[in-house]
Amino acid sequence: MKRADQKHPWQKGLLWLLPAAFLLIFFYQPLLNILRLAFSPLFQTGWEGVQAAQVLKPLGFTLWQALLSTLLTLLVGLPAAYLFSHFDFKGREALRLLSLLPFILPTVVVAACFNTLLGPRGWLNLGLMALLNLSEPPIHMLQSLPAILLAHVFYNTAIIIRLVGSAWSRLDKKLVHAAQMLGACPWQAFREVTLPLLLPAITGASLLVFLFDFTSFGVVLMLGGPQFATLEVEIYTQALYMLNLRLAAVLSLVQLACTLLVAWLQSRVSQPRYGKAALSAERANLRPPRGAAEKTFTAVMTIILVLLILTPLLSLITRSFVTLEAARGERGQVQTGFTLRYYQELFQNRTGSLFYVPPIMAVRNSLVYAALTVVIATVLGLLGTYALNQPWKVNRILEPFFMLPLGASAVTLGLGFLVAFRQPAWSGLPFPLLIPIAHALVALPMVVRTLLPALRSIPSSLRQAASTLGADGRRVFREVDLPLLLRPLLVSMVFAFTISLGEFGASSFLSSAQTPTIPVAIYRYISQPGALNYGQALAMSSLLLMVCAAGIFLIEKIRLPGEELY
Amino acid sequence: MIKRSLIFGALVALLLGGCIGQTPAASPTPVLEAQGLTVMTHDSFAVSAELVYQFEAENGVKVNFIKGGDAGTTLNRLILTSLGGTPEADVFYGLDNTFLSRALEQDLLEAYAAPALAEIPAEFQLDPSNRALPVDYGDVCINYDKAWFQEHELPVPRSLEDLTKPEYAGLLVVENPATSSPGLSFLLATISTFGEEGWQSYWQALKDNGVVVVSDWETAYYTNFSGSSGRGPQPLVVSYASSPAAELIYAETPLTEAPTGSIIADGACWRQVEFAGILKGTPNRALAEKFIDFLLSQPFQEDMPLQMFVFPVLPAAKLPEAFVKASQVPQKPASLDPQLIAEKRELWVQAWTELMMK
Repeated sequence: MKRADQKHPWQKGLLWLLPAAFLLIFFYQPLLNILRLAFSPLFQTGWEGVQAAQVLKPLGFTLWQALLSTLLTLLVGLPAAYLFSHFDFKGREALRLLSLLPFILPTVVVAACFNTLLGPRGWLNLGLMALLNLSEPPIHMLQSLPAILLAHVFYNTAIIIRLVGSAWSRLDKKLVHAAQMLGACPWQAFREVTLPLLLPAITGASLLVFLFDFTSFGVVLMLGGPQFATLEVEIYTQALYMLNLRLAAVLSLVQLACTLLVAWLQSRVSQPRYGKAALSAERANLRPPRGAAEKTFTAVMTIILVLLILTPLLSLITRSFVTLEAARGERGQVQTGFTLRYYQELFQNRTGSLFYVPPIMAVRNSLVYAALTVVIATVLGLLGTYALNQPWKVNRILEPFFMLPLGASAVTLGLGFLVAFRQPAWSGLPFPLLIPIAHALVALPMVVRTLLPALRSIPSSLRQAASTLGADGRRVFREVDLPLLLRPLLVSMVFAFTISLGEFGASSFLSSAQTPTIPVAIYRYISQPGALNYGQALAMSSLLLMVCAAGIFLIEKIRLPGEELY
Repeated sequence: MIKRSLIFGALVALLLGGCIGQTPAASPTPVLEAQGLTVMTHDSFAVSAELVYQFEAENGVKVNFIKGGDAGTTLNRLILTSLGGTPEADVFYGLDNTFLSRALEQDLLEAYAAPALAEIPAEFQLDPSNRALPVDYGDVCINYDKAWFQEHELPVPRSLEDLTKPEYAGLLVVENPATSSPGLSFLLATISTFGEEGWQSYWQALKDNGVVVVSDWETAYYTNFSGSSGRGPQPLVVSYASSPAAELIYAETPLTEAPTGSIIADGACWRQVEFAGILKGTPNRALAEKFIDFLLSQPFQEDMPLQMFVFPVLPAAKLPEAFVKASQVPQKPASLDPQLIAEKRELWVQAWTELMMK
């Protein structure tokens, strides 16, 4: 028996303590509170019973679009993950960084971006009309299922790239070579060696993508339009417009049950079946593409990613520097020109409004919340991952419960927070602290999903060797686990950071009007008429992109001394 | 390990340090004030900082504002959290006449006969029990893109009926009344104009004429409407009578005339009256009364138009020139009995959904 594992089981059980307490207090408690309220006699009067069709119709559509979106995301994400984990090419780092940025954009901004690209007067339609001499725009993308799917792929491809890419790059190539040496063709080697080893990462990443699509709200509401309703949209409508909390609660429970089921299925298929694989350092597998096939692949994938992810972002940033004013009231040729007006205007409080927020303060609010989220989610996620990695039967049951916060409706949880933490017992809790806590709830499953496959793939022989050489548990962690976990840990920190920066629902629910985050400030501008308000929303979004890119860049710069040895 | 924690620690310290270091007085750190008055309001609420600071100084209180979404979601959020125990705030501002009955039914507010009520016209005082006190009003109207109609040499529609004519096919975008307050207001305007028997056939005609339905005002105005900066495909949108004024005031380059206008024909607009009230069970009743008085005071009433693009209920309040110049006021806005709205609102929205979304 190895020394590192010699501790008493109860001592290891302590690993569960913090993450479990966190989830119980900040997730299950508010959830129970709001459900209890929904099923209390207060909501007895006047409500007809919940009809099956009210649940089944949105459930069917939710599952259908989530499944389609996940498959499409995999279709783009898996080749992209292969690209980033195998080939070193010009612009690789930049493209990898940029691919994460869609994650933080508020839906209302993405809707505006897509409109400038794909809308009836977007450049794609204008270009096609000019090219083919058409009088009507040929492409009707907005307010349709394809718009929803496209937005989901735009948002979530980064999850596949990061999670699968990180696992793929740590895979020891010698195994594949060995298989090929033994006579396997490349496809056989992939199917028999690579795929089984990657499976936990692929299914884990797919699970996350599926859950994000499954609980999609803004994309469906704004880009899909009123003819589409996911469970999340129905919960929002029923709770906050129809005041039918009972139906909202039933829908929330259905959504949670589905989440649990999907998470459980994933944990069944993702158990590593082939033992532990040897690992190599991330960049060890990287090399420039060789030969026509690899070069074509690299070029095609780069173009796809640029088109899919970069063009909407670029069109947003460009638009924030461009004025589109004709002499208005007499439309003629639209005059375009470079302007800094929107940015300048951000720094002015023209009406002396109480709710004016200097951009620097919004950035500060967002960064403080993001830093706290990173700390909370990483610490708890690390503990939780170690707990889940223990060979206990109970973990099989507990693992899906870690994923549950991703499947909780933001409205239900937000209302639950308001009901639960306004009670006198919680008066000591500074309310704004709930914002990073809510963000951490969403980030935690991402962190666990990122770390767990990595931790499971560390061969126990490494730890045993270290113990045999006299290292105590702490030293084994520091010198064996940590260097091997550092990359995945950074990936999860980046996710926690971006989730927090971009989060809108919980922030708008919990923040005081005088201390908005960047997304809340963006929304404030775009919910008012006027060219300057629109321009300022775009300028603020561009700032958000820059802040996020800088943050990710800094986090990814973190290096271990002597890390190159691994 | 050490280097990593150093870098990370430095990063966190930098952020937190920056947060403590550069906090100017105007923008407090995110900490809930113990001695304060909390006001729940909708997203469009805005006020001059100066006025609030003055109120705070005079009453020795810190006012904390929470924005709860649009008019509908804010009210429902308040009802749900109040049912769950303590109310979220002391004062509620932004209840409108489409939801007035719901707030009264749910017994959310305490009565307060503010002295200023004596000066406010009776037409705005829709709650005789004085639990909901009128503060401002505005109209939900159809906006049109002036340039578009000029360029296409088409007359601007002059009534709701005109919108069903073939020359206006596919030109109007509206919001879903189930997820948008202006959408609900417009539905009520059509019910008022065409009656409980006629409104469904009117909407059927709109549907046959290619009306575009989106979920929210932001999409309608910035993605679909051609008169906004989003430059969408539809030159007609359900928005507010004051939106052209906002386009003028928030124009990129100074304009002499608003680029959009409102159709203010009789019965085409819905008059939205907004109310404030003291939330039941507040421990700060005296301060809450003071805040209501503040909302009805002349300085606040004169501040509202340029902050929120609404009209003051106080006849003595003077309107800013820029606001008057661009605003159009419908002579005969549509209206419905609040009691009738209370009884039928959900049924109407349901019927609308079945009709339009099939």
